[in-house]
Amino acid sequence: MSVSDNIIEISAMNFSREDRIIYNDINLNVPRGKVTAIMGPSGIGKTTLLRLIGGQITPSSGSIKFNDQELVNIDRKSLFKARRKMGMLFQSGAMFTELSVFDNVAFPIREHTKLPESIIRKIVLMKLEAVGLRGAADLFPSELSGGMARRAALARAIALDPDLIMYDEPFTGQDPISMGVIVRLIRELNDALGVTSIVVSHDVDEVLSIADYVYIVANKTVIASGTPEELRQETAPQIVQFMQGRPDGPVPFHFPSDDYKKELFNHGN
Amino acid sequence: MAISSIQQMGRNSLSVIAGLGRAAFMLVGALKPSGRGVKLLPLLIKQLYVVGVQSLIIIVVSGLFIGMVLSLQGYTILVGYGAEQSLGQMVSLSLLRELGPVVSALLFAGRAGSALTAEIGLMKATEQLSSLEMMAIDPLHQIVAPRFWAGVISLPLLAAIFSAVGIIGGHLVGVDWLGVDSGAFWSVMQSSVEWQEDIVNGAIKSIIFAIVVTWIALHKGYDAVPTSEGISKATTSTVVQSSLAILGLDFVLTVVMFGS
Ligand SMILES: Nc1ncnc2c1ncn2[C@@H]1O[C@H](COP(=O)(O)OP(=O)(O)OP(=O)(O)O)[C@@H](O)[C@H]1O
Ligand SMILES: [Mg+2]
Repeated sequence: MSVSDNIIEISAMNFSREDRIIYNDINLNVPRGKVTAIMGPSGIGKTTLLRLIGGQITPSSGSIKFNDQELVNIDRKSLFKARRKMGMLFQSGAMFTELSVFDNVAFPIREHTKLPESIIRKIVLMKLEAVGLRGAADLFPSELSGGMARRAALARAIALDPDLIMYDEPFTGQDPISMGVIVRLIRELNDALGVTSIVVSHDVDEVLSIADYVYIVANKTVIASGTPEELRQETAPQIVQFMQGRPDGPVPFHFPSDDYKKELFNHGN
Repeated sequence: MAISSIQQMGRNSLSVIAGLGRAAFMLVGALKPSGRGVKLLPLLIKQLYVVGVQSLIIIVVSGLFIGMVLSLQGYTILVGYGAEQSLGQMVSLSLLRELGPVVSALLFAGRAGSALTAEIGLMKATEQLSSLEMMAIDPLHQIVAPRFWAGVISLPLLAAIFSAVGIIGGHLVGVDWLGVDSGAFWSVMQSSVEWQEDIVNGAIKSIIFAIVVTWIALHKGYDAVPTSEGISKATTSTVVQSSLAILGLDFVLTVVMFGS
């Protein structure tokens, strides 16, 4: 794969929070124009990885490239410029509570373009229509359900037609219908707008149904990667465990801790 | 035991210094010119309303009562010396030099400061600040700066209103109720209140309090641990630290301004 085929290239990256190592020498590429899924157990650092790509936190070493541009230790102005080409859908939606849904979606357009209000209105309504919330334009975020808020946030994330959209757990809190809608939406946005999508999730079935390429993250690094078909064929126990959602196996389900028995019976001191 | 408490002391002072550093960085980042001045004006106006106008009622009511109490207490003391004609001087100087700036800053910390901390802390907890960053908009410019300027502009005006209403309250009790001569009340006040000595110094005090209270409130919110417990702690510490800062600074400023 030549360099510019990847929109994101992470190489030899290390990151720790306080004393805990989250990523140890991880390498990960996101092919341009594809839907790339990042799966892994809860608390392993998937959200952290998206924040690293967005430049909100800096790795302790290694490199992160976006559109062939190094993001680590870049100056703030260039970072902000790079971010205009990224859209991020946060786990909680992160709608601005004092603005209506319409104004939330219009917000990045108003901030970064000089388009007249009549055109902004059309763009916003189109984005809202795409996520099925045109009727909710005048509601406030507090009046939306969790799933609706997520979709409204998605409309906002695509408002500026970014090159890269990062979805943090887009499926949680969605009913089966809107789950299907979002699955299809991610695929359609990806293909119609020619964007690249990164989907972080642990809903194995949904993810495998839309992803072109999948990374499984665990043990501070990538433990497996490939197309969904390749991963389904995998026989390595830790991957089988994850794909079938079993808690026990080589991938630890527990947060690192002392020996369980020892801690239970060691109440003397 | 001794060693560990010394260690703890060292750790605490380090974290205090680190906090001050972060607070300074926040303020510098917020006040750095952003090149989007015009877009920030509506935000400033909105914050002036939220921070300033919505604090008016508590300021006016408190000012009125403080002025009335001051007048009543002053009268009972002054009348013993037959000096109740000087009531206007006593009421106005107490308000302009001390009570106006100090009490309105304390009320402001409780009313507006705590609200600012909670609001920004909640924005942080719900990832609104992160999502601004991801939209290539600096939350320091978008969120912190307008609130800072709104606080710095509002509090001195509120303090002036507090003093003015307090004087009216003093007049109500002293003149209309206790029967001090109205002409004497005003003329004594006019001849004793000095522009530089009293009004300007009082204004300087409240501008300094405004900067300190707003800064503390914004920093506590911006630096809050993004959980409900973290936000409630941050809100409490905004009120406690602002109040202590106001009272401590008031002493220092009074010594500098009126000490010699
Ligand atoms: N602000 C923070 N300060 C300290 N540690 C943090 C912070 N945010 C996350 N962590 C730690 O980093 C680790 C990775 O967190 P992250 O949110 O990236 O996990 P995740 O894979 O997204 O989990 P989930 O699937 O539950 O969302 C967690 O173990 C968490 O304890
Ligand atoms: Mg997460």
